Amino acid sequence: MASSPTPEFPPLDLPEYKRYGRQMILDGFGLEGQQKLKAASVLVVGAGGLGCPALQYLAAAGVGRIGIVDHDTVESSNLQRQILHNEETLGLLKVDSAAQFVRRLNSLVQVTTYPNALHPSNALEIMRPYDIILDCTDNLPTRYLLSDSAVALDKPLVSGAAMRFEGQLCVYNLNASSASSTSPSATPDKGPCYRCLFPTPAVGGGTCEEVGILGVVTGVIGNLQAAEAIKIILGKNEPKPSLLLYSFLYSPPFRSIKLRGKKANCAACGDAAGGGGIDFGNMDYVQMCGGATPDWLKEGMKAGSAGSRVTPQELKSAIGTDCNTVILDVRPRTEYGICSIEGSTNIPITELLANPSSALTSIAPSGDVYVVCRLGNDSQLAADALRQTSQEVGGDVDGGRKVVDVIGGLRLWSRAVDEKFPVY
Amino acid sequence: MSSPTPPTIRLQIEFSGGLELLFSHTRKHTVNLPSTVPNSTRPADASYLILYLRDNLLKERPELFEEKGTVKPGILVLINDTDWELEGEGEYELKDGDEIVFISTLHGG
Repeated sequence: MASSPTPEFPPLDLPEYKRYGRQMILDGFGLEGQQKLKAASVLVVGAGGLGCPALQYLAAAGVGRIGIVDHDTVESSNLQRQILHNEETLGLLKVDSAAQFVRRLNSLVQVTTYPNALHPSNALEIMRPYDIILDCTDNLPTRYLLSDSAVALDKPLVSGAAMRFEGQLCVYNLNASSASSTSPSATPDKGPCYRCLFPTPAVGGGTCEEVGILGVVTGVIGNLQAAEAIKIILGKNEPKPSLLLYSFLYSPPFRSIKLRGKKANCAACGDAAGGGGIDFGNMDYVQMCGGATPDWLKEGMKAGSAGSRVTPQELKSAIGTDCNTVILDVRPRTEYGICSIEGSTNIPITELLANPSSALTSIAPSGDVYVVCRLGNDSQLAADALRQTSQEVGGDVDGGRKVVDVIGGLRLWSRAVDEKFPVY
Repeated sequence: MSSPTPPTIRLQIEFSGGLELLFSHTRKHTVNLPSTVPNSTRPADASYLILYLRDNLLKERPELFEEKGTVKPGILVLINDTDWELEGEGEYELKDGDEIVFISTLHGG
């Protein structure tokens, strides 16, 4: 017969003993550990590269109640890292695709989906019913919003981030009273919130779509977020704040950093904030972080000033009629190596802007110059720089050489001129 | 007999989170820093190091590294694996053999 469970936690049903037995026999986990998981609730914000692996292990371990927040739909470019989604769930809401996976994996888990973007007007309401919040988002404004909300609700925030070959993991607002099992008189010092570490938002920084991300990197960090959440539920988390760095490329791949504690003058969690935190209603998080990220696809399609930009079809006919046409591709070398227009020359945008006159002399000395890039944004900067340089050095020495750039970049080139040209 | 103060201190510098892209795309550097700030008697501190790196090691887009005499918001500085805020931030006096890491915070996921 099963021993009588600890009364403050829900009892386990018979099949659960078998299902979770491998972890329940661990010293320090036991029956009580499983009951704590069953009683626990975790909100995963973002069902992408970080959220997917986190959800998978939280559900498998038997966390009783899981919420999933995401307003996006599944695209094929997600599948390289967002492992709960699959070819059959393309086009579905990510929350529905992820919930479907979680229910198939473990029908005992109670799943709630929120197909919303997190916003100051809904954040507290969505987060309130959960013990622990996982930040699996992909943008800075939401990271600040989550941190401020976690402070206001006094909940620990397990934050993951990843870009290129690197990932970062940190638990904010640690030892929040709601998660601490110690008696009030012995409450350990509170950990920092996101604002304690980064009082001023960093503007810029790029997205995974722009600079790339390796799937296993989000996998490592997402798994670690699940591990930290489970540790907090079991009361086994490290009380001292630290930041963990992971790099796919370096050996050893992990590095842990000792962090400052909560900052007394923090605008969100500091003493001056009086424990009430930030005034949400009046906070424009997007503006605070430097304004909305431009829609680069749309920006690249703008007509531009007269005579400065041409369509892909115009480039196509120029190639056909003038054998001196110079196609200058300003994407990074690695992207150029993926696919390029035949006969084009590659000078990456950073090198070109650093020294436009050297770029101008390194390409063929005559013929009109057509600048291309991925979406048609960098090419505008490059063409502007080349035109300006050409004017400064006397211009038109070779008989009115034209410098233009291609609207919509190679993305539109593929759609309008050469459908066999890869889109990545 | 006391040996003269060495004119430079040797530091291990590391960049991560994308900052390495500004420093010749190289993550680890060894830097011989003047042990006192030039034209002064002030010992080399973390603030001086930031300006020194900006002027001597950085290859592109200085505005992404330094702002108002310190690191740009969003960059964490670690001195021997500890948040520099616990070590006195810019006023930390550098010692021979110190390892200083600059990390840009990531937002993606």
